[in-house]
Amino acid sequence: MTDRQRSLLLVAMPWLAMAGLLLLWELACIVFDVPEILAPKPSRIFEVMVQRWDILLKFCLETLWTTAIGFVLAIGFGVLLGLAIGASPFIYSGLYPLLIAFNAVPKVAIVPILMIWLGVGALPAIITAFVISFFPIVVNVATGLATIEPEMRDVMRSLGASQWEILTKVGVPRAMPYLFASLKVAVTLAFIGSVISETVGGNRGIGFLMLSAGARNDSATTFAGLFAIAIMGILMYAACALVERRMTRWAFRGEIVG
Amino acid sequence: MTPFMPASSDTPLVELRKVSLAYGSGPARMLALEDATLDIAKGEFIAVVGPSGCGKSTLMKLVTGLLPPSGGEVRVHGQPVKGPIRGVGMAFQAPTLMPWRTTRDNILLPLEVVEPHKRRFRANKAEYIERVEKLLASVGLGGFGDKFPWQLSGGMQQRSSLCRALVHEPEILMLDEPFGALDAFTREELWSVMQALWLEKRFTAVLVTHDLREAVYLADTVYVMSRRPGRIVKVSKIELPRPRTLETTFTAEFVDIVHDLRERIHMEHA
Ligand SMILES: Nc1ncnc2c1ncn2[C@@H]1O[C@H](COP(=O)(O)OP(=O)(O)OP(=O)(O)O)[C@@H](O)[C@H]1O
Ligand SMILES: [Mg+2]
Repeated sequence: MTDRQRSLLLVAMPWLAMAGLLLLWELACIVFDVPEILAPKPSRIFEVMVQRWDILLKFCLETLWTTAIGFVLAIGFGVLLGLAIGASPFIYSGLYPLLIAFNAVPKVAIVPILMIWLGVGALPAIITAFVISFFPIVVNVATGLATIEPEMRDVMRSLGASQWEILTKVGVPRAMPYLFASLKVAVTLAFIGSVISETVGGNRGIGFLMLSAGARNDSATTFAGLFAIAIMGILMYAACALVERRMTRWAFRGEIVG
Repeated sequence: MTPFMPASSDTPLVELRKVSLAYGSGPARMLALEDATLDIAKGEFIAVVGPSGCGKSTLMKLVTGLLPPSGGEVRVHGQPVKGPIRGVGMAFQAPTLMPWRTTRDNILLPLEVVEPHKRRFRANKAEYIERVEKLLASVGLGGFGDKFPWQLSGGMQQRSSLCRALVHEPEILMLDEPFGALDAFTREELWSVMQALWLEKRFTAVLVTHDLREAVYLADTVYVMSRRPGRIVKVSKIELPRPRTLETTFTAEFVDIVHDLRERIHMEHA
């Protein structure tokens, strides 16, 4: 195999794997004669996606919106809290146990509470997305700060640098790759958050669309919604990965090209 | 009591008086350094040698105020040291450059932090960049300013790290085995670079090293430390004329001094 073939195959692999999986699914449906209400054939799902693309797109955009707002809030809050926790041992020991406890609470459990407070609509979804996605950001930013090499710190201190200078000149740039690595995880979580909220109780978004289609026994549309979520998830992840490469080329020692 | 008064008169730049340091507390308490007394004159180049783990790095951190002593007193300019003294240059065995900055920007770092450069940094950036380029050229790295540290070889990174330690023309330079990780050729070349810089700028330098030839080549005074807890067991004035060259290291005088020092250290391992 030549190098060119190798690299082509590497690029093609994810698509081949996906096609294989869908094909298997299609065949299983035909061979075992699975009724559409249980599990529609992928070909049928794509058919529905094409037929009802306008509705799907409308609901998708609603979800995308709430996710994006929740995610941006999570970045802002997560970075600030992460910096504070990473920079100060007191804030660390005070807040870390609380954060762990908070993260252990299943977020589905807080959606009904949010609805009591805020009613149905975009707000509970935004807040769920925010709440579920800020934790990995906080942890990663704090880790980036806390693992500054002691020698680097000594160099800065003996130059007479203030804590603030150490934070801005060493801590923040060092935490960047950690931050971007966490964004990939966080954006998927934010998605989960807003869809959960839409599914538990809402009147908008792709989660709501799936729920109402399910109630009408319209499995094909429900699955179409599922596919739409997966596609959005991949796109968001890819966007974050792209930003990561752009911003932290040094962390990969220039090895990633393109 | 000042047993090791350096040649030049008035008050020494750095004075250590019966300084000791223990890490940990309670049962985990471990004495790393005991009763260290020494003076460093302004412009003097001292070297500290001794067995591994005897407290050499610890001594260095005490001199710069990075660690407070457990006992005794450290004075710089006659003032007791409380907290890190400002504007010291440091270089370690590892280059500790920032991978997100180019070599040039790494070397500019002290100028962004240390006064009076910090205040004038923005307005005079061009002048400072020129200074960095000159320094890079003097260690044989001319034209490499745009490269990132991870694009340089280990020896080149170490040279950059020395440049960073020197760029703000510090009064005190701390070198903790800065040539330790390098091959013999690069190391000996950097000795001569270091000496040339010192002869030109006359900063006060503290060099920690395992290499006795390196210590004798570079230093005015060599301190030998005992095994843990470290005490100073021998002080050796090196009166060899400067500039010293690689040829010097083969003279009988040089070899004798190294031999004496080696013997004293072997006693520690016995
Ligand atoms: N942060 C620390 N906490 C606890 N013990 C320490 C710490 N740093 C050093 N020590 C101990 O103090 C002793 C002296 O350490 P130091 O680093 O000064 O040795 P050194 O002479 O520089 O050794 P080497 O030549 O191997 O670098 C060692 O036994 C080490 O275990
Ligand atoms: Mg050491």
